[in-house]
Amino acid sequence: MESTFGLLALSPPGWGGTLLIALWASIRIAVGAFGIGLVIGLAGAYGKIYGGPVLRDCLSVYTTMVRALPELILILLLYFGLTDLLNRALMALDFGRIQISGVVAGIIVLGVVQGAYATEILRGAILAVPSGQIEAAKAMGMPARKVASRITLPTMLGLALPGLSNLWLIATKDTALMAIVGFNELTLATRQAASTTKAFFTFFIAAGLIYLVITLLSTWGFARLERWARRGDPPRQTGGR
Amino acid sequence: MKALLQPHRIIMMLIAAGLVLWICLAGRWDWLGEPKYQTLILQGIWRTIWLMALSVLIGFTLAVPLGLAQASGPWYLAVPARAFCTVIRGTPLLLQIWLWYYGLGSLFPGIPWIRESELWPILRQAWPYALLALSLSYAGYEGEVMRGAFASVPRGQIEAARAMGMPRHKILTRISFPQALQSVLPTLGGETVLQLKATPLVATITVLEIYAASSRVRQDLLITYEPLFFVAAVYLVLAGVIVLGFGWLESRRPRRTA
Repeated sequence: MESTFGLLALSPPGWGGTLLIALWASIRIAVGAFGIGLVIGLAGAYGKIYGGPVLRDCLSVYTTMVRALPELILILLLYFGLTDLLNRALMALDFGRIQISGVVAGIIVLGVVQGAYATEILRGAILAVPSGQIEAAKAMGMPARKVASRITLPTMLGLALPGLSNLWLIATKDTALMAIVGFNELTLATRQAASTTKAFFTFFIAAGLIYLVITLLSTWGFARLERWARRGDPPRQTGGR
Repeated sequence: MKALLQPHRIIMMLIAAGLVLWICLAGRWDWLGEPKYQTLILQGIWRTIWLMALSVLIGFTLAVPLGLAQASGPWYLAVPARAFCTVIRGTPLLLQIWLWYYGLGSLFPGIPWIRESELWPILRQAWPYALLALSLSYAGYEGEVMRGAFASVPRGQIEAARAMGMPRHKILTRISFPQALQSVLPTLGGETVLQLKATPLVATITVLEIYAASSRVRQDLLITYEPLFFVAAVYLVLAGVIVLGFGWLESRRPRRTA
């Protein structure tokens, strides 16, 4: 065991540098997917609360389907489906075929998956904003956009952050699924390093530690963010445990 | 029933039915009729079901002591239990599966007494590692859930039981565990659906479950979508059965009367 630690060195023959590059790819996918998920989620949450019956039902179908199917199958379906549709559209418009890069595809597909979960989290948080505040703002003649940016969003942030924190952790871990589609992120790079050097435990445990550090750092960061978002709240009752 | 008969819902259902019909008619489904693929798919579904059921069973059995140790155990049990749950929940399941399969799988052949033991023919296959990884993962997530459940059992009841002279294991089996289990059943249902959704990951270590079976069909016949739609439908049905099953379990629990 002791000799295999040298394999983690940053420069070849060590694999540390490869792992770090792959880690960067993982982080990019996670951040991008989480961002797209937030945008979809915010739009979806507002649509589910204020939209008409058709929009509401369509959004329900989206969130239910995405949450009922394994991520892996969604990734494959969306990956092939989206590239196919895009290329057919481009062919119809007399453009050439394009190949979507792995990073972009990963970000979009995981973003669509994250969007479904974010919709439900944000919807719950928006509904938990005291309706009197929104009514008061409307009564004062605030336009709808200002109600959202000044009242609803700041108030619901503190309520949504615990759920969003979980969602971000899922995003970081779901990037590992891109390994199955052959995209070179941290988990796949780890397997390549491990099967080349036969030092399986060293590399898998090292990658596990990297993921764990990301998890712990994000948990800490989100806790601070939540304290900041709740800075104006009345003191909460602590649970009856 | 009335809710379903709103005009826009009827139109949406017609569109959905049309889509399904179009997939059925325009797609290539002849492989479903071939005995070779039929056995592959049936075996795959069966493997998915027992991998899920067994890992949930083993995982939950491990989760109860993990939760108990964190909620009311001494520090030398609570700290390792907490560390285990953090590590499991903080790393991707795919990484855990590969760690056990490639790691242990490369270690075992070098140890003579394992290779000569009765268990070797089993340990040479992939499924024990898949089951191990899935069970430990479920235990890690549910350990955290059980910690909350045990902590939320009202203190007064446990104090009362202690005052009546109940021994500790009886307090556990008669008071803490039944109430913790009741409060945790809805969460457990959701987590079990998540466990079902995690099973296709074991296809990466050559376990031939339903997802792997569909990949085999896709590679053999060079078709992209139809097998994916088929497994999607299978997972939807299985998830529905789990949700219904847990709903039934919940409805069986005794209602509060006073």
